[in-house]
Amino acid sequence: MLASFRDLAPIILVIFVFQVFVLQQPFPNLDEVIPGLILVVVGLTFFVQGLELGLFPLGEDMAQAFAKKGNLWALLSFAFCLGFGTTAAEPALIAVAKEAAEAAAEGGVLAREEEALRNYAMGLRITVALSVGAALVLGVIRILKGWPLPYIIVGGYVLVAFMTVFAPDEIIGVAYDSGGVTTSTITVPLVTALGVGLATVIRGRNPMIDGFGLIAMASLSPMIFVMVYGIVLGWIG
Amino acid sequence: MTLLIALFESLGRTMFDILPIAAVLLGFQLFVIREKPKRIGRVLGGFAYVLVGLSLFLVGLEQALFPVGEAMALQLTHPDFVGSVAGAGADWTLYFWVYAFAAAIGFSTTIAEPSLIAVAMKAQEMSAGGLPATRLRIAVAVGVGIGVALGAFRIVTGDPLYMYIVAGYAVVVLQTIFVARGRTKWIVPLAYDSGGVTTSTVTVPVVTALGLGLATTIPGRSPILDGFGLIAFASLFPMITVMGFVQMDVAITAWRAKREAYRVEEGVSR
Repeated sequence: MLASFRDLAPIILVIFVFQVFVLQQPFPNLDEVIPGLILVVVGLTFFVQGLELGLFPLGEDMAQAFAKKGNLWALLSFAFCLGFGTTAAEPALIAVAKEAAEAAAEGGVLAREEEALRNYAMGLRITVALSVGAALVLGVIRILKGWPLPYIIVGGYVLVAFMTVFAPDEIIGVAYDSGGVTTSTITVPLVTALGVGLATVIRGRNPMIDGFGLIAMASLSPMIFVMVYGIVLGWIG
Repeated sequence: MTLLIALFESLGRTMFDILPIAAVLLGFQLFVIREKPKRIGRVLGGFAYVLVGLSLFLVGLEQALFPVGEAMALQLTHPDFVGSVAGAGADWTLYFWVYAFAAAIGFSTTIAEPSLIAVAMKAQEMSAGGLPATRLRIAVAVGVGIGVALGAFRIVTGDPLYMYIVAGYAVVVLQTIFVARGRTKWIVPLAYDSGGVTTSTVTVPVVTALGLGLATTIPGRSPILDGFGLIAFASLFPMITVMGFVQMDVAITAWRAKREAYRVEEGVSR
């Protein structure tokens, strides 16, 4: 509880200082802000408790169960489903996809029609979900094989930079942002526990060096896939 | 009363959001692993805690922080506050308080970001306390602060987004080359991961409002085309600061050791 309060103190301080000293306005409706803050502190406390009780052990147990089964395809399809399933329904992504369709219409590459906009947004969501699924599959293979992460990530960045040259302008901002929105608050602990769990169970892997990195790959691949989506749509016309 | 309704609505939404995750977990548990999961009661209880916790957290944020934060973002970018002359191009020096707010709000919302808390907890556990969770979170939050401030600066000046992003990647690559050769190469995967986790529940709404406010009020910027990109900045800079903090740490330790050795030598010669 105290720790959660400490986590929130910086925000409260920033808002207070800017409101009172910079904008020089009275602090607005404290009767709503204070109960809200109490909820935030209690919520954060519950969340952290739940992480240690539920999400972390579950991710680790599943990693162990898959390793014991020794069925590679089962593990890889689990990784794909986890990535695809959680991303396709991610609320932040739905919002960004809608805005991106607007941006495309603004840029003149898309007809300003309800259906065209909806199809574009849906296509974008599927593209991002596929990319996260693919990233987790590749990430799990990387942990199993012990490939060094920097080569993959740096290679990915070079690819992103290279593709930026060819991608249509209106997709670039969307592509860069889509990497950030894919990893939700529930997916992150699960995926992290899965990666670290796998790296712990498999002999010769170091949990610090091999276990982390799934999130990084899941944030990088959408940029590549979304730019491909933009380029392909440009070809089709 | 309205608060109670909001609470239930939030709980319902959160439950709906985790349906796909629950379906995937349950499906694989039942049909592929086909074993009774260990500690099932505890895990389910933990899930319930996470659900309730996130719902309370979101309702509280929407009630207490988002309205104020968003209103402030709009006020700080408003021409009346900035003092820009209508019709004239944007002068980037006028936006000092916007950059300051961007940096402060980027830092402070990241400190409260639940997914970052999760990763930092795991990192502390796995490094056997070698990397305290708080230190990682501060390093990431500094990165987000710098990133959002620089992103705001870019919207004001209207420079192309890709120039900054590609330059940032170049820095990340250079740092990786240096760090991956040293004893602290274990930080690299974690640094990459921290780029992805920074931007979720708390940071995105306030930062988006800031970008939108800037792009709307500055002449010649389109809210739709220029509003994007702040998130990208916020995911890029934590990688630089996390690796940078460790590099600094190593450099300081090396310098101290050198000074110590020098003193010893002096002592001997005297």
